[in-house]
Amino acid sequence: MRISRFIPAALAAVVPFIAGPASSADRALTVFTYESFIAEWGPGPKIEAAFEAECGCDLTWVGVADGVALLNRLKLEGDNAEAGVVLGLDTNLVAEAKATGLFEAHGLDTKAVTVPGGFSDDTFIPYDYGHFAVVYDTETVANPPASLKDLVDGEPEQKIVIQDPRTSTPGLGLLLWVKSVYGDDAPEAWEKLASRVLTVTPGWSEAYGLFTSGEAPMVLSYTTSPAYHMVAEETDRYQAAEFSEGHYLQIEVAGLLANAPDKDLAREFLDFVMTPGFQNVIPTNNWMLPAAAITMELPEAFGKLVEPKKTFLYTPEEVAENRAAWIDEWLGAMSR
Amino acid sequence: MRQHRAIAFDGVAYGMGELSAAFDFRRQSGTVTAILGPSGAGKSTLLNLAAGFLTPASGRIILDGRDVTGLAPSERGISMVFQDNNLFAHLDIRTNIGLGLDPALKLDRAAWTQVDKALERVGLAGFGKRMPATLSGGERQRVALARAFARRRPLLLLDEPFDGLGPGLAADMLGLMLEIRAEVGATVLMVTHDPDEARAASDQILFIAKGRIAADAPADGFFERRDLPDLQAYLGSGPV
Amino acid sequence: MLTRGEHRASRAAGLAALMAIGLALAVPIAVLLTHGESTGVTSNQGDYLIRITRFTLMQAGLSTLLSLVFAVPLARALARRPDFAGRRWLIKLFAVPLGLPPLVAALGLIEVWGRNGVANKGLGLMGAETPFSIYGLSGILLAHVFFNLPLAVRLILPALERLPPEYWKTAANLGMSGLSLFRRVEWPAMRRSAASAAGLVFMLCATSFTLVLVLGGGPAATTLEVAIYQALRFDFDPGRAVLLSLIQISMTLIVMLVLKFLGTPAEEGETKGGGTNRPDVQGGLHLLPDAVLIGLGGLFVGAPMAAVVVSGLSADLSRLLTDALFWRAAGTSLSIGISAAALSVLLAACLVRARYSAGHRPRSVPLGLLAGLSGAAGSLTLLVPPVVLGAGWFLLLGGGAGQLLAPLMVIVLINALMALPFVMRVLEPAHQNTLERNGRLAVSLGVVGRHRLSQIDIPAMLPAFATGFVFAVALSLGDLGAIALFGSDRIVTLPWLLYQKLGSYRTADAAGLALLLGAITMALMIVAEKLGTRNGSVDR
Repeated sequence: MRISRFIPAALAAVVPFIAGPASSADRALTVFTYESFIAEWGPGPKIEAAFEAECGCDLTWVGVADGVALLNRLKLEGDNAEAGVVLGLDTNLVAEAKATGLFEAHGLDTKAVTVPGGFSDDTFIPYDYGHFAVVYDTETVANPPASLKDLVDGEPEQKIVIQDPRTSTPGLGLLLWVKSVYGDDAPEAWEKLASRVLTVTPGWSEAYGLFTSGEAPMVLSYTTSPAYHMVAEETDRYQAAEFSEGHYLQIEVAGLLANAPDKDLAREFLDFVMTPGFQNVIPTNNWMLPAAAITMELPEAFGKLVEPKKTFLYTPEEVAENRAAWIDEWLGAMSR
Repeated sequence: MRQHRAIAFDGVAYGMGELSAAFDFRRQSGTVTAILGPSGAGKSTLLNLAAGFLTPASGRIILDGRDVTGLAPSERGISMVFQDNNLFAHLDIRTNIGLGLDPALKLDRAAWTQVDKALERVGLAGFGKRMPATLSGGERQRVALARAFARRRPLLLLDEPFDGLGPGLAADMLGLMLEIRAEVGATVLMVTHDPDEARAASDQILFIAKGRIAADAPADGFFERRDLPDLQAYLGSGPV
Repeated sequence: MLTRGEHRASRAAGLAALMAIGLALAVPIAVLLTHGESTGVTSNQGDYLIRITRFTLMQAGLSTLLSLVFAVPLARALARRPDFAGRRWLIKLFAVPLGLPPLVAALGLIEVWGRNGVANKGLGLMGAETPFSIYGLSGILLAHVFFNLPLAVRLILPALERLPPEYWKTAANLGMSGLSLFRRVEWPAMRRSAASAAGLVFMLCATSFTLVLVLGGGPAATTLEVAIYQALRFDFDPGRAVLLSLIQISMTLIVMLVLKFLGTPAEEGETKGGGTNRPDVQGGLHLLPDAVLIGLGGLFVGAPMAAVVVSGLSADLSRLLTDALFWRAAGTSLSIGISAAALSVLLAACLVRARYSAGHRPRSVPLGLLAGLSGAAGSLTLLVPPVVLGAGWFLLLGGGAGQLLAPLMVIVLINALMALPFVMRVLEPAHQNTLERNGRLAVSLGVVGRHRLSQIDIPAMLPAFATGFVFAVALSLGDLGAIALFGSDRIVTLPWLLYQKLGSYRTADAAGLALLLGAITMALMIVAEKLGTRNGSVDR
């Protein structure tokens, strides 16, 4: 029957169409990142415009749900990845990312970068940072948790949306935060917290969307998130809860893929990341703190944010060594 | 046998236009009336109106001295036997009859004895535990008669009950029906399309055509009448 | 009837189709098995696997129970009220979820039952303190009932409508109360179809993927299928995916064997627009419970669909329709759908004819086997759910990264197999009819072999082919299971795009997309139905 031969032929015919149009610019760079970075309201579009004006090239974003999904995706695609730069891993994932052998030292001068704890690396360049925090809706939460213990032991009817540590860096951050505070008792803490969790989303965007649309009164986000509502929406309604134990730090990084089609352009982009052209966009678009000098005034709202008294951060090696076991522990506790 | 009005249709009208029907007739208690007529003429409509399955648009239906026009079928004091499917196929024979005595089947020992007696009466003693599907068509109709016998309602409505049984069996059943009727003292309305059946069993005829009663007459000599064109057409030219 | 040569050709074609299907199923399973060695089960993982399995069975059991608990009284109420205005439309409405992409339905359900949805606002007004949660177990159950309550009603209702009208007259004449009638007559009549509906619903819920993925909300409410997907896409842990897949296959196998043991699968009978007259049922105040039940049932099924339309229309459709990505996704979806449908129809045609041919000599063991296998091929594909099938191919292709044609062909294959049981059910009666009507004449005229296929059999079955084809396209168009594993920025289908929009919380875009996707699949379903009723042979 001729139809059997027709199917591959039909598919082959539409493949160019499916794969999308090829780029027209001479130089092109694809950057892998997470969804919220490239949303219309995120920093992506502005950074793209700024960089394209400088390089005369075509910058294309490819987004996945969140930071950890980014690493999964790289492991999956291996050498086949067509991107030049990966932007959106954090220090927790750095050792594991290096172990894949897919990254190459950037060879750039990174003295412009300043982040808490002074993280520096030959492969990954920090581009912003922030502290994880539980953000709550003051209209529905009268007594926000004052500590992680409060959050764990609190009223189960008052729900929180968290992210999956297998796909999302905030999700992984909370996992490490709980581990920092509870140590070996972390599984019990997760079991208790599970009753307060409305849903576990693969990425930050979906979780935060659920929160702002009123599906849940609390969400795992950052101490800087309220600044967005104060600046862009001129409201104090959403606030971050300060936890007495301290907050877990996230430093987000970008790195160069060894298989980058145009390595010079990729390096050019990484250099750009450390300049005000990139950094100025971060505070009021990614709503994180800049990792290098900016040439703008931070909005007043940033002065009103929670400033953690104590900061937690595991080394990349500690995370790499324990991540799989801790995630199994988390799965075990959350599925109980 | 009491001699009062057992059935009265007082200007009963049903439906509209082409399909409309209007009936007006009376019957003395203890009579057997055969309802005849071409198919689609309204025989079943008449029966369904009497049974309470259809509600008349106007007029009154009097059964056994009571105005039953607004009453539910079960409150009218009637028993019915259809051509087919008189028995719930998934319930055994005793249960099928028992439901006739109490629709919730809350029966005491006396009532169950009554059920067995009824089966005995139609010649099916010992069939109580069997399922309807294991019985022949004729036997199933006997069970239906047994149920009517056990119920002892003053009115018996039959909708072509012996159709499809074959002439010999039908005649037997007809005989059984007449005996039961006599024992219960019921008044009978029987839809049939077999003139022989009407002649053998009934003392009155209602001949229905186009939703109206074309003739209401004693059975004696009815089929010899030549003044009814509808009847001629119905009987055709064959032997009468 | 067929000539000897035609018999040979039919059987050869059937055998080839069977082998193709066998290969499509065996290869991924073999890959999963050989991959299995790398699995090291830590105690923690063991606990997790047991809990996931338990949850999968538990949610399927509860979903089945809830669907049936509501479907039985609803079917009864519909049978009791055979002629109210809109009854035909309501029954048509109940057929819609069967063809609705789960993702679209999930969106509608969130719209209605979410924290800020109409339902929760109503519950709040009625004094409910804690809102109903669309996430987790309650959300999964809600979605499963939304899909399976109408299905169960459509399976059960004909059992009541088939009862002879004399039953209702007798019941009225004897004065049986509603309760007595239910106990003695209606329930015994419904029991069989209710049981087989329960089996079908259980099977569908035990292998449900999309709804759990979207509404599950965490490890506590994850089914095996979703866990397989997560093991591959979240953890890239093939060992765990293999283990989960094997558990899934054993589970579906056991469930199918139990169902087989319990009796014949449910067939949807013709649900006429109007049922049998019910003189045993009274009007007036007695109408109220039935009316309330039917009203709530219609609302429950209709509201999420209405919500999809309303929120979809308020989205920026013109922007969506000018988005190149939308057209790429639509093009990809259609190409996959058309290819999958062509493959599915081809396989089904071979199987149906082989089954017919082999069935004519029932005493031959090999032919009996061929007939049996051809008939079972459809349900064989149910044994290995799309995600498991995809997992095997996924591992074989190394994640399908950087490839385009191979993953596409896998998606096509999986979608074709998914549609196979439905397509076979459409083709089988049409084929039977054609051969009965034209068989002897064709043979006596000597129009046989290739000529007969092209001149007689294929033209005569064209409406059935078209119905099966369109139906398969619609089914493939709404599928997220296969694409979930292989989806990337290279391969984007409409459901995948919709899932991504949901994930990035672009609610308005998602709503618009859901409306478009829902409208396309519904239009295809209607076309399939129309072709089918003209053909007079479809009963889905």
